[in-house]
Amino acid sequence: MNSRRRAIVLAAGLVLLAAVPPVAALANQPFYLDLVRRVMIFAIAALSLNLILGYGGMVSFGHAAYLGVGAYAVGVLAHYGINNGYLQWALAIGASALVALAIGAVSIRTSGVYFIMITLAFTQMLYYLGISIAEYGGDDGMRLAVKSQFPGLIDLNDANAFYYLVLAILVLALFLGQRLVDSRFGMVLRAARSNEVRTRSIGFSPYPYRLAAFVIAGAVCGLAGALLVNHTAYLTPEFMNWTRSGELMFMVILGGMASIAGPVLGAFALLLVEDALSGWTQHWQLILGPLLVLSVLFLRRGLAGLLFGKNE
Amino acid sequence: MNFVLVLEQTLNGLQLGVMLFLMAAGLTLVFGIMNLVNLAHGSLYMVGAYLATYFYQATGSYPLGVLLGLAGTMVVGIAVEVIALRTLYEREHLDQVLATFGLILFFNELMAILWGRAAIYTTLPDYLTGHVELFAGLRYPLYRLVIIAVGLAVAGLLWFVVARTRLGMLIRAGASNRAMVAALGVNVRLLYTLVFGFGAALAGLAGLMSGPIHVVQPGMGELILIEVFVVIVIGGIGSIRGALAGALIVGMADTLGRAFVRPMLATVLSTTAADTAGPALASILIYLLMAIVLALKPQGLFPARS
Amino acid sequence: MNRTLLEVRGLRKSFGALLASDDVDLEVREGETHAIIGPNGAGKTTLISQLAGNLLPDRGRVLFAGEDITALSASARARRGFARSFQITSIYPDFTALENVMLAVQAHSGSSFRFWRPAREEASLRSPASAILEEVGLSGRSGVLAANLAHGEQRALEIATALATRPRLLLLDEPVAGMGAEETQRMIALLASLKGGKTLILVEHDMDAVFSLADRISVLVYGRIIATGAPEEIRANPEVRRAYLGEEVAA
Repeated sequence: MNSRRRAIVLAAGLVLLAAVPPVAALANQPFYLDLVRRVMIFAIAALSLNLILGYGGMVSFGHAAYLGVGAYAVGVLAHYGINNGYLQWALAIGASALVALAIGAVSIRTSGVYFIMITLAFTQMLYYLGISIAEYGGDDGMRLAVKSQFPGLIDLNDANAFYYLVLAILVLALFLGQRLVDSRFGMVLRAARSNEVRTRSIGFSPYPYRLAAFVIAGAVCGLAGALLVNHTAYLTPEFMNWTRSGELMFMVILGGMASIAGPVLGAFALLLVEDALSGWTQHWQLILGPLLVLSVLFLRRGLAGLLFGKNE
Repeated sequence: MNFVLVLEQTLNGLQLGVMLFLMAAGLTLVFGIMNLVNLAHGSLYMVGAYLATYFYQATGSYPLGVLLGLAGTMVVGIAVEVIALRTLYEREHLDQVLATFGLILFFNELMAILWGRAAIYTTLPDYLTGHVELFAGLRYPLYRLVIIAVGLAVAGLLWFVVARTRLGMLIRAGASNRAMVAALGVNVRLLYTLVFGFGAALAGLAGLMSGPIHVVQPGMGELILIEVFVVIVIGGIGSIRGALAGALIVGMADTLGRAFVRPMLATVLSTTAADTAGPALASILIYLLMAIVLALKPQGLFPARS
Repeated sequence: MNRTLLEVRGLRKSFGALLASDDVDLEVREGETHAIIGPNGAGKTTLISQLAGNLLPDRGRVLFAGEDITALSASARARRGFARSFQITSIYPDFTALENVMLAVQAHSGSSFRFWRPAREEASLRSPASAILEEVGLSGRSGVLAANLAHGEQRALEIATALATRPRLLLLDEPVAGMGAEETQRMIALLASLKGGKTLILVEHDMDAVFSLADRISVLVYGRIIATGAPEEIRANPEVRRAYLGEEVAA
């Protein structure tokens, strides 16, 4: 009963998303295509965070770092004239996975508040690193003059094609994510979050599973970073700003942590609200701030909880 | 580099350390006793800077500005605690992080509305400007010496309160066993509000002292907040001693690093290499330090609970 | 011949000024049901925690089948054949009863670094788990979220989870805690059915359970073992009567 409802809502959502480019073209509002594409890219990033935050119970405040690593991987290669998309995106994913491995190896040995502070600190470290390297623009960042090239496959300059690519990646991420959390690996991860002592007592050591999840999440977010830099056509260290990490966390919690698709809803909710508010007043953060506080206090199961019903 | 330069930077490091300590002490107290992760601590730092500047300009008296700024920050802190934070004590750290993150956005924007987004350069009264002749021919800014003195005095005061008074005993007891303190009939609510207000005052003090050295602008709190986190991780959560140790280590490492890493690298690498690698390495030095401490002592150097 | 499976030598554990385990010596034979009793505050749970690996002793050694496992973590001991049930129910509240047991089965059947197949559909996990649920009398409740089970059912689930790891040694910390008379009888019957072949260490207050299940009993008072022996010996031991049974009579 419940999974049917879920399937219908998801299918409807996908149809809606697929319909945006033609509708935007008809209404002569290319801005909306741009906006939704951006939201979908952040949805992918939020989805990756949900793996470790929602399912793994690891409050990582440094997830935006991988947006930055992925973006810089593309940007730096492009800076040196390497525009091959396969190479760039492979580096984006690989570098993010490596950074996640390094940060995770140190951080996951801690827990609770320490973990939050440490992940935050490491992200900030990468941010400062980005600022201090003048060759790549320092804190002004760099332009991406040429988008990632996929000769014969897709031209990212075609707004529609790029949009559908992002949508396809989002769908793939949703699908693979669901398989992952239902697999043996996912069960151990969720068990470790649900009751760590019990999990150790039956014979699992949570550390390797958490680290693996951390790396996977970082890698997927790195891909999102590669998509983002192609979308915005520039990159700055601000991609890795810790407030970005906070936004990602909000998308996860707003959307509901108990489901794979929750963060997608959260991304839409947060970014569309931000967009609407900022169009209304330049002091939109004054309103958004308290809104976020209230949502934390009162929206326990997130939007997905409201849409999909109680049992997940 | 010469001895005078090293001495000067060491004192700068001490000054930064002392400021970090003021922030870290408040944050670690609140965490140790109320188990609350408060990201908006940096906002209180910012509020202190803004209020002190405003009151100084409004009254023309620096001491009055400082006093009113401190009092004002305490009031703001207590208001925030009563209105927004009380419900968070029972919640998971994730909820606390996100809720206080929302508060940051709110306060940054509030300051921008009240006093604009542009950076404000605060001035000091004449009797605090100027330099002092220290040994070895070093002329050191008087104001920075004042900061060091104030910071050390507060550290001493804190030590006295925590180690020697009844309130301090409650604080130490609360840090190790919250439920017991409540069971003993202590008005826990009041204790929490007082502790939070005190922590806010410390943050406000750090903020108003930093104003004349750095600039006053929205978002200034977050930059130092993350360094404060590094301090707490290195020093150990929940302990004042850890906060002091961590603060001095981080303050020194950061200041000396920024001053001397590039010149030191230049002695072994080419100048251009040192120019690129130096600032980069200096800016991440304290985080590398944190990673090393974590690898060796995951609970920090002086954790309150072992 | 009944050889020694678990040996504890000189176990010591302090919490600040409180000496919870005071040079504890214990010897548990293979296949026996060994009960540990003692007044409240005697340090029983602390002892169990040190045996299971949830707590590290200050001094002393724990040997399992001759191997020194003192430094091993709880999960390492679990992989060597330890299973533990907790005094305060420790299950996965957001998983169903079946999933709770399946996780325990999964821990001992191959690698869990598998990312594709849904674990819930694996027959090699479902079948053993269903069988164990049946053994503890929970087969009708396998699809219920553990948080929604009655207290007695949750305690049975604890036992089921412990059994699912096919342990050589079961450490049961007050399995009938908080149960009514009927549930207690059911649990005692269940534990009695386990006696053949499995080694049990049973911490309990309920004397019915202890005297009907135990082959041998050790008495723990203020962190020290003051007596070990067959139930009849313990019942008759004057020191034990004074320290423990006497206390019960007075209460």
